[in-house]
Amino acid sequence: MATSDIQVAEHAFQHHFADMEQQRETSTFGMWMFLLTEIMFFGGLFCAYLVYRASYYQAFVEGSQKMNIWLGATNTAVLICSSLTMALAVRCAQLGKRKLMGWLLIFTMIFGFAFLGIKAKEYTEHWENHEFPGPHFHFQTGDPQHPATDPVHTEIYFSLYWAMTGLHALHMIIGIGLVTWILLAGMAGAYSPIYYSPVENVGLYWHFVDLVWIYLFPLLYLISKKHGGA
Amino acid sequence: MATAVQPVERENYLNSNYGIKSWLLTTDHKRIALLYLISITAMFWIGGFFAMMIRLELLTPAGDLVSSDTYNKLFTMHGIIMVFFFLIPSVPAVIGNFVIPLMVGAKDLAFPRINLLSWYIYMAGAITALTAMITGGVDTGWTFYTPFSTTYSNTHVIGAAIGVFIAGFSSIFTGLNFIVTIHRMRAPGLTWSRLPLFCWSNYAAALIMVLGTPVIAITLLLVALERAFNIGVFNPQLGGDPLLFQHLFWFYSHPAVYIMILPGMGVISEIVTCFSRKRAFGYEFVALASIAIAVLGFLVWAHHMFVAGISVYAALVFSLLSYLVAIPSAVKVFNWTATMYKGSIRYETPMLYAFGFIGLFTIGGLTGVFLASLGLDVHVHDTYFVIAHFHYVMVGGMVMAYMAGLHFWWPKITGRMYPEAFAKLSALLVFVGFNTTFFPQFILGYMGMPRRYHAYPPEFQVLNVLSTAGASILAVGYVLPMIYFLWSLRYGELAPPNPWNAVGLEWMTASPPPTHNFDETPIVTWEAYDYEHQPQEEVTVGH
Amino acid sequence: MAQEHAHFHPGSKQEHFDPSSHIAPISMYVGIWAALMIFTGVTVFAATIELHVFNIVLALLIATIKGTLVVLFFMHLRYSTKLTMVTVVAAIFFLLILFSLSMTDYLTRDWLTFVSH
Repeated sequence: MATSDIQVAEHAFQHHFADMEQQRETSTFGMWMFLLTEIMFFGGLFCAYLVYRASYYQAFVEGSQKMNIWLGATNTAVLICSSLTMALAVRCAQLGKRKLMGWLLIFTMIFGFAFLGIKAKEYTEHWENHEFPGPHFHFQTGDPQHPATDPVHTEIYFSLYWAMTGLHALHMIIGIGLVTWILLAGMAGAYSPIYYSPVENVGLYWHFVDLVWIYLFPLLYLISKKHGGA
Repeated sequence: MATAVQPVERENYLNSNYGIKSWLLTTDHKRIALLYLISITAMFWIGGFFAMMIRLELLTPAGDLVSSDTYNKLFTMHGIIMVFFFLIPSVPAVIGNFVIPLMVGAKDLAFPRINLLSWYIYMAGAITALTAMITGGVDTGWTFYTPFSTTYSNTHVIGAAIGVFIAGFSSIFTGLNFIVTIHRMRAPGLTWSRLPLFCWSNYAAALIMVLGTPVIAITLLLVALERAFNIGVFNPQLGGDPLLFQHLFWFYSHPAVYIMILPGMGVISEIVTCFSRKRAFGYEFVALASIAIAVLGFLVWAHHMFVAGISVYAALVFSLLSYLVAIPSAVKVFNWTATMYKGSIRYETPMLYAFGFIGLFTIGGLTGVFLASLGLDVHVHDTYFVIAHFHYVMVGGMVMAYMAGLHFWWPKITGRMYPEAFAKLSALLVFVGFNTTFFPQFILGYMGMPRRYHAYPPEFQVLNVLSTAGASILAVGYVLPMIYFLWSLRYGELAPPNPWNAVGLEWMTASPPPTHNFDETPIVTWEAYDYEHQPQEEVTVGH
Repeated sequence: MAQEHAHFHPGSKQEHFDPSSHIAPISMYVGIWAALMIFTGVTVFAATIELHVFNIVLALLIATIKGTLVVLFFMHLRYSTKLTMVTVVAAIFFLLILFSLSMTDYLTRDWLTFVSH
C-alpha cells in the first residue's frame, strides 16, 4: 500500500468507527438500505400500473402503441453501456487506477446525457401529440381502422408513463450529479484502494437506476404489437 | 437536596461546546436528540391546541363555535401534526437517538451527519406543513382521501402533502440509521440475544419506517401532481380509482401505527424489568414479537377500507390477517405481566406510566380486534368508537410510554432528577383525564355518533361534555411536566450515573454522558436484564 | 495512527480488510454487458410475436433475468454479505405483498354482484 493511499484513508476515517473495515461495511450496507427505500418508492407507481393495466388492458395496449420502440430500446442499450462503464470505474477505484477511472466516469456521464436527450425527444413528441394528461389530453391511435376504444383509461396509462419515466429521469439527473461529484473528488485524489466507498455507493445508485429502466421498458413500451405501430 | 451552587462540572456532551453553531451543526446523537425534543414538544402543543378547539366545539350539539369548514380543518390539522410530526418521531427521534448508541456501546450512530440531516428535513417538513395550515389550512382529514383532496377541496392540500412528504424522509433516514447501527455497531460481546428489548423494538419500527414510508411518499406526490395538473389517477370522473389511493395510503399508514407503538413498547420493556428488578420473562418471545408485529403489520391495511367499496372477499382476507396481528401484541402484554409477577416492584413515576400503558393499550388493542370484525365494523366505522380505539392505543399507550421514557432517562439526558411528587401527581392527572376524555367516546360511537362532524344530536351531549372535561384535566397533566422538567434543569437534584440501579450499558457511563459516550469501548459479558447477578458495586466504565 | 483504527498493515492480505475484495476481471463485466444487450434484443423481438397472455410473462421473465445479472454482478451482490442479500430479498418480498394483496381486491370485485329489490 502506498503511503498516500493510507493517508487518504486516514483522512476519510470517521472516528466513531472501530476501524476502516467497519466503516466500509457500514457504508455499503447503508447504501443498500437506501436503495431498498427507493425500490419501495418506485414500487408504489408499479402497483398503480399493475392495478390499472389489469383492469383496462386494451386501453394500455393502445397507449403503448404510441411509444417509439426503437428510441426506447436504444435508451435501454445506452443505460446498459453506462452501467458497464460505471462498474469498470468502480473496479478502477478498487485498483487505484485514477486516470482510467476518470475517463470511465466521463463516459458514464455521456451515456447518461444521451439517455436524457433521447427521453427529451420522446417527451417532445408525446407533448405535441397531446399525450400529456390533463385538460389538453387528446388521444388518437393514429390508425383510422382502429379508433381509441377507451381513451379515458388510456389517459391513465399516459399519466403513469409520464410519472414513472419522469421520476426515473429525475433520478438519472441526480445520478449524473453524483457521478460529477466523485469524478471531481477522484481527480483531486480523495480515493484510494483502501477507501473508495463513495465511488462504490454511487455505482450502486447508478445500477439501481438502470434496473428500474429494465422494468419500465417492457412494461411501458412492449405491451403488445398486435396492431403494429412504430 | 437541590442546590444552586454547582460543584466543578465534569465535561459532558452539554458543556463540551457552547454557542448556537455547536448545536445547529452538531453530529452528536445526544444533542440531535435534544433538538428533536424541542421541535416535537412544540408540535405536540400545536396539535394539542387543535384538539382543544375540537373539544370546545363539541361541548354543545349545535355547530356554534366554528363553521363546518373550519371544523374540518381543525381535525385535519390535529391529525396531521399529531401523527406525522409528533407520534412517529417521538420515541425514536428523541429517546432512540439518545439512548440506542449508548445501549449498544457505540460512540454514535452509524451515520451521524445523516442524523443531523434528518432533523433539518423534519424541520423543513414541519415548517412547510405549518405554513399551509397558517395560510388557510387543510380540510381533507389527515387521510387525504381522493377525489376530495385532489379535486374538490379548496384548501392548501399540496402544501400539507409536501410537508408530510418531506417529513417522511426524516423518518426514513432515522430508521436507516438505527438498522445499520444495530447491525454493525454493537460492542464486543453484545450479541442479538443480549440486546435490550428497546433496541429490538426500535429495530422493528425502523424496518417499517424504511419499507413503508416511501410508499406514502410516492402516493402524496401523486396527489400533489394530480391536484396541480388535473391528471385523474385517483379521480373516478377521469377514469381513476379513489380506492387505489386508499390502498397505497394505508399500505404505509397502517404499519405507521406500529412505527408509533413499537418504540413505546420498547420503553415499557426497559421500565418493567428495571422496576420489577427481574429479567424480562420470555425475552426471545418479546424480541420476536416485535419483528412479527412489523411484518404482520404490512398485511392488514385494507381493514381501514372495509366499507369503502373493496371486494368482500378481499375484506375477508384482511379481516383474518388483522386478527393475527393482535397475537404478538398480546404476547408482549402477557410477558410484561409475567415479568412483574413475584418481582420487587417500585412505584416510581416511570413505572406508574408503564402500568397505565399496559392497561390502556390492552383496552385499545382489544377494541381494535372488534374493529377487525367485518360485521362490527359496518356499524362502528367512522364513529367515535374508532376515535376512542386509536386514542386509547396512541395516547393511553404511546404518549404514556413517551412520558415514561422521558422520566426514566431524564437523569441520564440532563444529569438532573425531576421532582418525584409532582411527577406522580401528573401521572395520576394524565390517567384520570385520559379515561374521562376517551372512555365516553366508546359509548358515543357505539350509540352512533359519527366522527368528523361539528354538530351532533342533543342526546349525545352529556357524554361529550364529560369528554371535554376530561380533556382539560389531561391538558393539566401534560402542562405540569413541562414546568417541572424545565425547573429540574436548574434546581433538580444532581443525578448519579445509575439512579434506578438498572442494568444496561447506558447506565454505566456518567449522567450526562461525555460526548464520546464511553471512555473505553465496553465489553459485554452479561445477559440482558441480568438483575439477579447485578454486581453490588456499580461497574462504571469511564468516568 | 494507522495501528489504532485500521487493520491495514503493509504486506497483509487484502482480504483482511475488504470482504468484497473479489476484484472481478474486466472480462466478467463485459460478458454481463453482452448478455444484457442480447436479452434486450430478445425482449424487443419477443414483443413482435403474438403470444397473448404469455407476452407479459416472457417480458417480465427476461427483465428479471437482466435485473438479476445487474444486481448480482454489477452491484456485487454475489460477493457481498448475507445481510445485503436479505435486504434485497426483503424489498422484493414487501413489494410483492403490496401488489398481491392489492390485487385481491381488484381481481375479486365483480365476483359478487348485488341485486337491488
